[in-house]
Amino acid sequence: MMDCVLPRYKVLRDADLCSGCGLCARTCANGVYRLAKDGGLPSIEPARCVNCQRCVVTCPARALAIVRWPQAGTGSANWTLEAMQDIAKQAQTGGVLLASMGTPSPYPIYWDHLLLNASQVTNPSIDPLREPMETRVFLGSSPEALKVNERQQQVVEPLPPQLKLDMPIMFSAMSFGSISLNAQKALALAARELGTFFNVGEGGMHRDLEPFADCAFAQVASGRFGVDPHYLNTAAAIEVKIGQGAKPGIGGHLPGEKTSAEVSRTRMIPEGSDAISPAPHHDIYSIEDLRQLVFSIKEATGYRKPVAVKIAAVHNAAAIASGMARTGADIIVVDGFRGGTGAAPKRIRDAVGIPVELALAAIDQRLRDEGIRSTVSLVASGSVRNSADVVRAIALGADAVSIGSAALIAMGCHQCGDCSSGRCNWGIATQRPALTERLDPQAAAERVVNLLRAWTCELQEMMGGMGINAVDSLRGNRLMLRGVGLNEKELEILGVKHAGE
Amino acid sequence: MAGRHLHREGTIRIPSGCAIAAMMDRTGGRHDGTDILRSIALMRDRSNGLGGGFAAYGIYPDYAELYAFHVMYESREARAATEAYLEHYYLSEKQERVPTEDHPAIKNPPDVWRYFMAPHPMRLPASGLTEAEYTMRHVFHINSSIDGAFVASSGKDMGVFKGVGYPEDIGEFYRIGDYGAWAWTAHGRFPTNTPGWWGGAHPFTLLNWSIVHNGEISSYDANRRYVEQFGYDCELQTDTEVITYLFDLLARRHGLSQEMAAHIMTAPSWQAIDAMAPDQAAFETALRTVYSSALVNGPFSIILGSEEGLLALNDRLKLRALMAAEKGPMVYLASEQAAIEVVCPDAEHMRSIEGGVPFVVQLDEVARRRQREAAESCAVREQPRDHEVGVRPCRRKEA
Amino acid sequence: MLVAEAKRIEVDLGLSHFKEANEQVRAALAQADEVVVASANAQRYLGCALAAGKRLEIHGTPGNDMGCYMDGGAIEVFGNGQDQVGNTMNGGTIVIHGRCGDAAGYGLRGGTILVRGDCGWRAGIHMKQYEQKRPAIVIGGDAGAFLGEYMAGGAIVLGGRAGSYVASGMHGGIIYLRHPLAAEEVPEGVVQSPLGEEDKGLLAGLLAAYNGAFGREGPSLDGADEGWWCLRPASARPYGGLYAS
Repeated sequence: MMDCVLPRYKVLRDADLCSGCGLCARTCANGVYRLAKDGGLPSIEPARCVNCQRCVVTCPARALAIVRWPQAGTGSANWTLEAMQDIAKQAQTGGVLLASMGTPSPYPIYWDHLLLNASQVTNPSIDPLREPMETRVFLGSSPEALKVNERQQQVVEPLPPQLKLDMPIMFSAMSFGSISLNAQKALALAARELGTFFNVGEGGMHRDLEPFADCAFAQVASGRFGVDPHYLNTAAAIEVKIGQGAKPGIGGHLPGEKTSAEVSRTRMIPEGSDAISPAPHHDIYSIEDLRQLVFSIKEATGYRKPVAVKIAAVHNAAAIASGMARTGADIIVVDGFRGGTGAAPKRIRDAVGIPVELALAAIDQRLRDEGIRSTVSLVASGSVRNSADVVRAIALGADAVSIGSAALIAMGCHQCGDCSSGRCNWGIATQRPALTERLDPQAAAERVVNLLRAWTCELQEMMGGMGINAVDSLRGNRLMLRGVGLNEKELEILGVKHAGE
Repeated sequence: MAGRHLHREGTIRIPSGCAIAAMMDRTGGRHDGTDILRSIALMRDRSNGLGGGFAAYGIYPDYAELYAFHVMYESREARAATEAYLEHYYLSEKQERVPTEDHPAIKNPPDVWRYFMAPHPMRLPASGLTEAEYTMRHVFHINSSIDGAFVASSGKDMGVFKGVGYPEDIGEFYRIGDYGAWAWTAHGRFPTNTPGWWGGAHPFTLLNWSIVHNGEISSYDANRRYVEQFGYDCELQTDTEVITYLFDLLARRHGLSQEMAAHIMTAPSWQAIDAMAPDQAAFETALRTVYSSALVNGPFSIILGSEEGLLALNDRLKLRALMAAEKGPMVYLASEQAAIEVVCPDAEHMRSIEGGVPFVVQLDEVARRRQREAAESCAVREQPRDHEVGVRPCRRKEA
Repeated sequence: MLVAEAKRIEVDLGLSHFKEANEQVRAALAQADEVVVASANAQRYLGCALAAGKRLEIHGTPGNDMGCYMDGGAIEVFGNGQDQVGNTMNGGTIVIHGRCGDAAGYGLRGGTILVRGDCGWRAGIHMKQYEQKRPAIVIGGDAGAFLGEYMAGGAIVLGGRAGSYVASGMHGGIIYLRHPLAAEEVPEGVVQSPLGEEDKGLLAGLLAAYNGAFGREGPSLDGADEGWWCLRPASARPYGGLYAS
């Protein structure tokens, strides 16, 4: 059969600079380069290149660059080259198109249409370098009113369990299997160093991560991988995964080649077999069933751990979240459709779900309309790219955000979007020992810590500019936001005024 | 009316600065309004003539058990509609025009009336609400739904006298020298961009609460959206309004002391909490966690009046000035020291109010009662939310 | 709470809420290795995370998620089970002298569930297996649809008839059937065959367990040597070819 699939990238090699050392060939797990037998320069097979840029970064001579394959499309805005290449691929294989990381489709990014406020004259801005600036938040459910004994300075009824975060930023769930153990270790080290939490994802908790369990979320997804009483009681908190922003409504599917011996042990499935997470939890077919699962976890953990429930941002997210708050969930996590994934059907990733900004705003408002917002915590994720996005999310109503892609990028991920192949040259989204050993957990953790320290400084600067010295007062403070370039409906849903108003 | 095209509070959020003052006799002895007027007049430079007012406690001893509504009317129709409404829900013992005196600096005053009323004996129990919630709802209804009418105060044995002008002129207009009160608070306003309107002047009140406030808080929308969950309508979009509702929520509804409510609003820093003994740290952590959205951020100094007395509070970073002094049973508070000394030259214990530390002045009888009472907070039954009692879906208000 | 004998305590749950009921049961289990629940009425999570060496005997109708996350303990129900019996159970034994509801043994990781009568839909979904941990479910009667869906390990024994979509998405483990499926009922990626020699030992052990538990109450399940069929996945990668590479 004639193959109409074109390469996506072209490798440019500066022959004058190239020393012929062959490091590129030893580096690239995709097999783009092949060492020449006669000692000449390595040959290049561009069709294998995914633009992960490992060779570009590591080439000692700086002789390499990757460019887009120069083939022109027809100029049609409808039948773009990409649209035709997708068809070519499916005509060739009869397969479902697979994609990784967050959708690259040009949907509106509402973060970029929300501008922040700063104090001028009528109240002062605060200098975070010299005055206290608090970024600590607690996650967990709480009563509407606290019953206290003022004379004894004691709480009469103890609070439900709370998680203390030194900054309103956590790491999203990324399972062992979808990412390497070294990548998970880096997140664990960073979370402990930063006073925040990472999430082991749905693949169970590898025994090497147990020392970090007090800053770990254990996830319970439909496949129930690695879920036993020890797992639930070891972690600091438990997250029930109903959905993921990148692939709402479908289950997970870890291909057999990623089910290494260690993944097999942690997930309790045979080595080399596909790890399938059903689309739904088969004990949750309705909202009251979620209550049953939430309380089964609470029973199993003696009501000592907060239980989070994570949903993908979908059309009816606000009503769903309101239902979730009433199931006993302590933390509601909403994951927007631009969130990353180790693998998802491309059509699902690019077409299902809604932006987290709109879902978050709608959920926060709905919970307030029903008078229950302050009894439950709300976490937003799904492409939080920088500290300004963090400020925007909190001002829209989030208690905290989770980041996944940004943390991986800090470790070296270049967003090539080829995670599902298992050939990640950066040692992140792979289980091949030769590749995973490229990622030093300590060094990667240091980069992640640097990133979040920088974000926290920026968060403090922005809060200070607004005259706010505790993140408590930023939460839901939508007057600190103004929309720009948004229509009436968008402003209404976001609950913000337009710039100039 | 000047500039009908200009915005009022309620249609837009207007930042403003201010002068505040208060005085109180802890024994409950009543004093006329002469001194408070002189005190606030000294701080004329902190106001700009666009709002002034006074709150007075203990002025209606003959009607102490009845709600005293001070209502401002812009038109005869507004008064007719309001009185018809009040007649439906309350039994009125007495109603009369609030005595005023023409003043050259006061232009186009509204028609101000007062009503001494008890909740309707059938409709109150039928509502399923406490007396306070019942009254709060009707105040919200009049202020949001009857055009040209504004309930300036709605407490018992207290009243508010406020309007557009410098506070000393407003005080003379209302003849506050004719009233005897055991506590007075005063406010001179410096709004940034409004012509001012009578209802928007301060003190702001709800039930027995009155607040005078200086500064602009930066946590406004976080606080507003927090209290709105519990049925408070932030119609005026002012800091004073939202702070009043926070006190009402924490003290009246959740049963905390006013001091504890103030403590929650200016919670200790995490740095301070981390340095506390574990039990104390756990207590403070629980307070901050549950009442995270009640933290008031940004510069403010406030004086809260209530049937218990006065409470003065400065923000955590002490960004606004507020002084306190005493003389015998009298306690004086003012934005500036001289405003105290002008009425009490030999005032003692002159000091500034510390940031984040509530300064509480209680009537002696209240202080004695408090010591006998149980120390456990006891929340009153919460007001049912609209979605719990409505028979049709509620429509969300525009932000 | 009645102390009947030294190591056996009886509790009566009545109509109490699951939270109080489980507190009551746990308190009893802290004092005795064996606790008899005299009357269960829909209280959920009984035997949740029950540890090895502990035994619950339940009379009445226990609620959903009975024995969830069970960790080596034993539950015997003299009555029927509701939905999600042994949900995500890690080890131990559940014996039900009656029928049970939907999704029994969901995500089962270890241990054995024996049901004398029928079970509802979706029994044994996503059972797992790792080295020595080989969970098993034995159902004496008929099963509802989707028995052993996504099965990744362990063993299911069905004495009665299977509903539709049995073993859909199976990619590990084995299902023993007394009544073979018609050829068109065998899902894609699954192979039905008579027992191989290596399968007979496992089946014989499970049948013995079943007969031991219920032998006096009704017909036993016999004949591991003949009259049984088994389903097993053709590949550990049922969806290997689903995606465009």
